[in-house]
Parts: sequence; structure tokens; C-alpha cells
Amino acid sequence: MSTPTRTGTTVSMTVNGEQVDRHVDPRRTLSDFLRRDCGATGVHLGCEHGVCGACTVLLDGRTARSCCTLAVQAEGADITTVEGMADGAELHPLQEAFWKHHGLQCGFCTPGILLTVQELLADNPDPSDAEIREGISGNICRCTGYQFIVDAVREAAAVLREEKTAEVE
Amino acid sequence: MKPAPFDHVRASTLDHAVETLVAEDGDAKVLAGGQSLVPLLAMRLAQPTTLVDLGGLRELDYIRDDGTHLEIGAMTRSRAVEKSRLVGEALPLLPAALRHVGHVTIRNRGTLGGSVAHADPAAEAPSVLRALDAEIIATGPGGRRTIAAADFFQGFLVSALEPEEILTAIRIPKQAAGSVVAVEEFTRRHGDFALVAVLGAARLDPAGEIAEVRLSVAGAANTPLRADAAEDLLVGQAPTPDVVAAAATAVAEATDPGGDIHAPAEYRRHLAAVLTRRCLHRLFTHAERSAAA
Repeated sequence: MSTPTRTGTTVSMTVNGEQVDRHVDPRRTLSDFLRRDCGATGVHLGCEHGVCGACTVLLDGRTARSCCTLAVQAEGADITTVEGMADGAELHPLQEAFWKHHGLQCGFCTPGILLTVQELLADNPDPSDAEIREGISGNICRCTGYQFIVDAVREAAAVLREEKTAEVE
Repeated sequence: MKPAPFDHVRASTLDHAVETLVAEDGDAKVLAGGQSLVPLLAMRLAQPTTLVDLGGLRELDYIRDDGTHLEIGAMTRSRAVEKSRLVGEALPLLPAALRHVGHVTIRNRGTLGGSVAHADPAAEAPSVLRALDAEIIATGPGGRRTIAAADFFQGFLVSALEPEEILTAIRIPKQAAGSVVAVEEFTRRHGDFALVAVLGAARLDPAGEIAEVRLSVAGAANTPLRADAAEDLLVGQAPTPDVVAAAATAVAEATDPGGDIHAPAEYRRHLAAVLTRRCLHRLFTHAERSAAA
């Protein structure tokens, strides 16, 4: 076992499908690691103590607050940020629905909300409006207003359900 | 909002984790899911020299049925506990309470052991442990010891754990068949820490009298409270409005809340009575019928 020091340690993880190996300071949060060391600036930092949801990423397929996770805790993990959602120039159906329904204005909260909703719809493909609101209750939006976001999620859920049905057929 | 520097030790075994704590002589902190500790580090309310990271200890991630109890490994994520069918059947109060912990994203990472070791009196998991007479298993240089939940929570963020001890598991007696549960919580916003929460479990006998009732309160003292006096007033009685009102008063009298920017002490005490009434009402009328069998 190597002796860890305050000067750092090496972490390896997959970020949006790419293998990343970096030397990091143990106090480096996953959010700073993704932004500064991996260039994933779609990870937004609002409160930096787990309240606003802007820094939400997927860690091994489940949402995590990257500001409340140290980079060293993500050793070996598979990370997806908002940059990993679209397929080239083709938006993910969730992104498409947010665009169509004006589910974003300044866009600061959007990456966190998109990933949170992606998990919500994976767990519950046909949520009620109340369930959508509860699902995004950990993500603070200060300008768009939640109504358009709920509209976008409702439509995205329908599109994703149709896609799934089409796949089965 | 950046943590002060620290060393990070990824524990390879439980013994390695304990040895590191001993070597650091009280200046290390144990890192589980990090959902309480990392914000404290970011705000520099905690400045340990070393973090002992239990993240690699898969052997602490389990839910085991030993017949009379469920034993839950300290590193089991809150979301996994909440979704476990075994837990839902044997300990319906636990998932009912965990659904109030932060948000799904927090529960994906946060662990049951971490929440209990953090010993926040406003958190739900410690209050469940008090209500259900759980035992906390700690492992230190001298081996394992078992601590009753009643003795574990000693003050605001203070537990009976010694600096070189690690909370490794929680043992909870299964709830009796036919138990119903209810969690009543008052928060400013969904997912916030409760200003006050009242957690209850109960069983009525065939005559409609209260055979068993367990009540605990979060956010109303510097530790989670067990409302023994109120339980004594309820057991053997029919759950009439007068009996419920007397129990609510007894709960409020047992509280010792602090006042802060979020709510004055008197308001919290008032909430304890109101939430107790609501909790008992749900327990004795249209409580979520549990699958406890």
C-alpha cells in the first residue's frame, strides 16, 4: 500500500466514455475534477454544499452530487455529465423537450435537472406532475420557473415511452 | 467552499481502517458516503488531517436477516435500504422515514451507517433506531462491541463512538406482525432537514386497543428522543381523541428544543405536539398498512 500524502493520489475513472487517469489532491471534489481536470464545464457549481443540485452527475448510473463527492471517492467509477447526453449533434429526447418547452432560460440549473430527470424517468417512466415536482425538488431553478420544466419532463416521458415501445416492436 | 487539505486513506480492510484511526490519534475522520461530511469539509466546519475512506469495503454493504433482527452493514446506501423488500417487510418504519432524507440523489450516495454515526438529532435514521430499540455495532482496536441506540446518541453530532472506533453495522429487531407506521415531518421545503419530525409504529389488538406503540421525535432536542411517557399513556387504551391529545402533550413536554434562525424553541415544541397528533391519527385510522408479517 502506497503512503498517501497531502500532495495527492492517482485516480482512474471513465468520464463520458473516456478513460481518465489523473493525479489529484485528496481534497479535490469530483465537481472541480470534472470541470478543471476533464474540461466537463457542463457540471455547474452553485452552492458547493449539496443544496442546489446544479452539480448533479451520474455515478455508475445513479445521480450523485459531484460537489459532495471527492474525486478520490469516484475511483473506478463510470461518470456521465450533461456532455454525455447528446449523441453528436442529436439531442437526447429530454434535451429536445427542454428546448421545445422553454424548460431553460439561463441554463445554470439545466445540466443537473436533466440528469436528475433522466434517473427519475428510468425509475418511473410515467410520473404524475406531483411526482415530477418531487423528483426535481432537490434542484433549484431561480429564473425559468418550474412550470416549463414540468411541461418538458412530461413530454420527454411520453417520447421516451414511445421510443421504448418502438424498440420492443 | 473548498475543503482544507487532508490525507486520504482508502481502507483495504476493516482492520486497516481501524489501524489508521489508531495511528492518527483522534485527528482522522471516517468517510462513508460523504453526504454529511463533505459539506462540513467544504464549509471547513471539519478539518481532519486524514480521511479514512470506507468506500472500498464491500463487506460492509449488506442486509442480513438473522430471524429476529435485520442487520444492515454500515456502508449500505440509504437508497438501497429504502428499496429493499426485506427491509420493507420486516422494518416498515425504516423506508417510510428514509423517504424523507434529502433527495434521491443524496440517498444514492449517503449510507445508513454514515447518517447514524453523524448523530444529527434532526435526521431521520437516528430517530428510527431510537423508536425500534436498535443496536449499533462498533469495531475498534479491541474488537467489536454493541451499543444500544438509547446509549449511542449523546449530544448534537456526538455519539458513543470512540475516536478509533468505526460503526460497522446496525441491528434492528423486526417489527411485530401487523405493525403500522407513520412519519410526520415539518419542513420548509421538500427534502430539507425537518424542523421537527415524529416517527411512529403501532399495533392494535383485536378489541381495538393499543397493544404496542413506539414514538420518537427528531429535531426537538440535542439527540433523537424516544417518547416513553407518551407511549405509557397510550398502551392499553382505545385511541380516543382525548388519549391522543394527552400523548401529544406528553411528547411536547419531553422535548428540549433549541431555537435558531429556522424556528424558535417554543415553535418546535408546538410542532412536536401537532405532529404527534397527526402521526397517531394516521397510525390509528388510515395508516399505511404495512406488509410486516
